[in-house]
Amino acid sequence: MNVLKIATAGSVDDGKSTLIGRLLYDTKSLTDDKLEAIEKTSKQKGYDYLDFSLATDGLVAEREQGITIDVAHIYFSTATKSYIIADTPGHVEYTRNMVTGASTSQAAIILIDARKGVIEQTNRHFFINNMLRVKDVIVAINKMDLVDFSEEKYNAIKADFEKLMAKREYQDQKITFIPVSALKGDNVVNKSENMEWYKGQTLLEHFEDLDRKDIFNVGTPRFPVQYVIRPKTDEFHDFRGFAGKVYGGELNVGDEVVVLPSMTKSKIKDIYFYDKKYKTATRRSSVTITLEDEVNVSRGDMLVKVGDLPTIGKEFTATVSWMDSDKLTTGKKYVVQHGVNKVLAKVDNIHHKINPDYSGVHAAINGLEMNDIAQVTFKLNKPIFYDSFKDHRTNGSFILIDPQTNTTAGAGFIN
Amino acid sequence: MEIAEIETTIKNNLVKVDTNALESEAIYILREVAAQFERPVLLFSGGKDSITLVRLAQKAFWPAKIPFPLMHIDTGHNFPETIAFRDKLVKELGVELIVRNVQDSIDEGKVIEETGKYSSRNMLQTTTLLDAIEEFKFDACIGGARRDEEKARAKERIFSVRDDFGQWDEKKQRPELFDMLNGEIEIGQNVRVFPISNWTELDVWSYIEKEEIEIPSIYFAHKRNIFLRDGLIWSAEDDVVFRAEDEVVEERWVRFRTVGDMSCTAAVLSHADSIKKVVAEIRDSKISERGARIDDKRSEAAMEKRKQQGYF
Ligand SMILES: Nc1nc2c(ncn2[C@@H]2O[C@H](COP(=O)(O)OP(=O)(O)O)[C@@H](O)[C@H]2O)c(=O)[nH]1
Ligand SMILES: [Mg+2]
Repeated sequence: MNVLKIATAGSVDDGKSTLIGRLLYDTKSLTDDKLEAIEKTSKQKGYDYLDFSLATDGLVAEREQGITIDVAHIYFSTATKSYIIADTPGHVEYTRNMVTGASTSQAAIILIDARKGVIEQTNRHFFINNMLRVKDVIVAINKMDLVDFSEEKYNAIKADFEKLMAKREYQDQKITFIPVSALKGDNVVNKSENMEWYKGQTLLEHFEDLDRKDIFNVGTPRFPVQYVIRPKTDEFHDFRGFAGKVYGGELNVGDEVVVLPSMTKSKIKDIYFYDKKYKTATRRSSVTITLEDEVNVSRGDMLVKVGDLPTIGKEFTATVSWMDSDKLTTGKKYVVQHGVNKVLAKVDNIHHKINPDYSGVHAAINGLEMNDIAQVTFKLNKPIFYDSFKDHRTNGSFILIDPQTNTTAGAGFIN
Repeated sequence: MEIAEIETTIKNNLVKVDTNALESEAIYILREVAAQFERPVLLFSGGKDSITLVRLAQKAFWPAKIPFPLMHIDTGHNFPETIAFRDKLVKELGVELIVRNVQDSIDEGKVIEETGKYSSRNMLQTTTLLDAIEEFKFDACIGGARRDEEKARAKERIFSVRDDFGQWDEKKQRPELFDMLNGEIEIGQNVRVFPISNWTELDVWSYIEKEEIEIPSIYFAHKRNIFLRDGLIWSAEDDVVFRAEDEVVEERWVRFRTVGDMSCTAAVLSHADSIKKVVAEIRDSKISERGARIDDKRSEAAMEKRKQQGYF
């Protein structure tokens, strides 16, 4: 079954949790006991309606304060697809959560409160989803019930948002506008009876229509080796299989490949998935590959097709999204994890900080604080094999690990 | 099915790798564990989720054996069917099985047995587990928890770092971007790994059906002596579940949706005696899986609290 991962973005109280709860309710994904718990708590709090945000806010602090703190994942399925929705808190401090949520998603919902229209934070939500190159973005104009389901209001907000779209870097991003009421259920799963003027699809109809081919960014095939399988049994005495996940494209038996960094050439002999052999390893499948020749391959190496080499280098510049409370400064050392490969890196130069709201850049800065986004050049102790993020979402991204605390301190997207 | 559809199915099976996003993701995670850690272990409860994990591990490393042992924290209140099943599976796989008993922790005075109507050994497991992690110096423990099970679990990472005391700090979780998993830890810390985080209960059942994976018989409908309490159905066949004088025993067709500790796992009325019927039943079901787990009903925040203390 197809799986579609969707990230949500919106400011506090725009209705993200309510929208997700509504999706669950109208697709009959809420089980009786969960619904009962929501009814009970809504009543205790003295509400006139069901508070669907209770379906997703999981931590005690979240329920107490009525806000979402950490990314939550919510699951439901229809006859055609399995959906995974990341409920990402949208407060200013939480750029980090948004970047994280968007990194694993093929689609995103940006919520706008119809009473407030496009606000500064909307710029931010759009900027980040565009920077992360999320393929499909829905702009859900919510709380339409509070503006009398007004078409003029909807059109005015849409026009404002379109002004933003002109500034985006990733122009091919598909953007769709839908007027909704998460609380009352208009245009979420069911067509609104209050907005006859809207002729488009409901939110769920839109997602149901997204084709699998459509949702992944395509690049050239890259095969980072995760693990070498050597059974050392009588039956498989000489078996040396390279286990990994195929990114960007497909690999076929007989393909001529280059092993990086040794640059040794060979041919794909067999492609295994479990105990069966296949001709083609499809995109994002976890397979085991054997080669015609006895070549030296270990974890962190990469198989690519002959004539399709990535950049091999010990220096690169990237857009960095900083996620740690300790500052990133020039000269500091980090571990760069690029796919499954780890190398030591030194911050060579911080060029400029980028305001994630299309308001320009700061040239002179002396370090990055949590939630900052900036252009940074790194020098590495060993070469890595990378593509530009705009050509290859997987092979163009990395994380930064602080060697002192071991925490994931930031993420980067290579120019 | 249309003929064209059958033809593509046959063709795809021969030509293109037949996997889905969830299966490939889980295999990727298991391989990362084997590569990034020195002493990983797969926590095996005998339940359907951990049985599914075992199959995924077989797939991840074939034709080699699974490169880590299985460990069972035995509450002593397991369904006998589960234990028999466990021993048979381990023999077939040819992997090492480690068993550590909650009874031993009780005998050593490390934990105190609960008493009364709602007594359960589920909470006590945590101590036995943490002791075993220390004993074997495990640095990664693979578990079958899923984010759709419970609200606090929905916030759990795939690689979840625990401190020296096995505790979970939900505010200090590492962000997880793209497919990259950061398994860097200090000595004494360990990582809980959840390869099927993104699966739902239905995904697991559908997978068991598709892969024809064998599971313990108690998952299928059978006749059992039961009694009712708080709208839940409890087994009256073993002495594990406390039963008051006035709680009447009757025989019914039931099956179990999870096979945790007997003392906190309720049954559901069911006639689904095959995997196909079970999948159909789950698809239509209106009660969530953990709705039959009394340990979650203790309070709205029950799971979050247990997780902070080091529970799975
Ligand atoms: N009238 C109205 N209220 C809404 C709508 N969507 C959300 N709300 C309310 O807005 C408040 C914040 O919603 P919530 O889902 O918690 O927002 P979040 O912070 O984005 O997750 C709650 O009181 C909701 O009931 C809507 O479509 N119409
Ligand atoms: Mg919320």
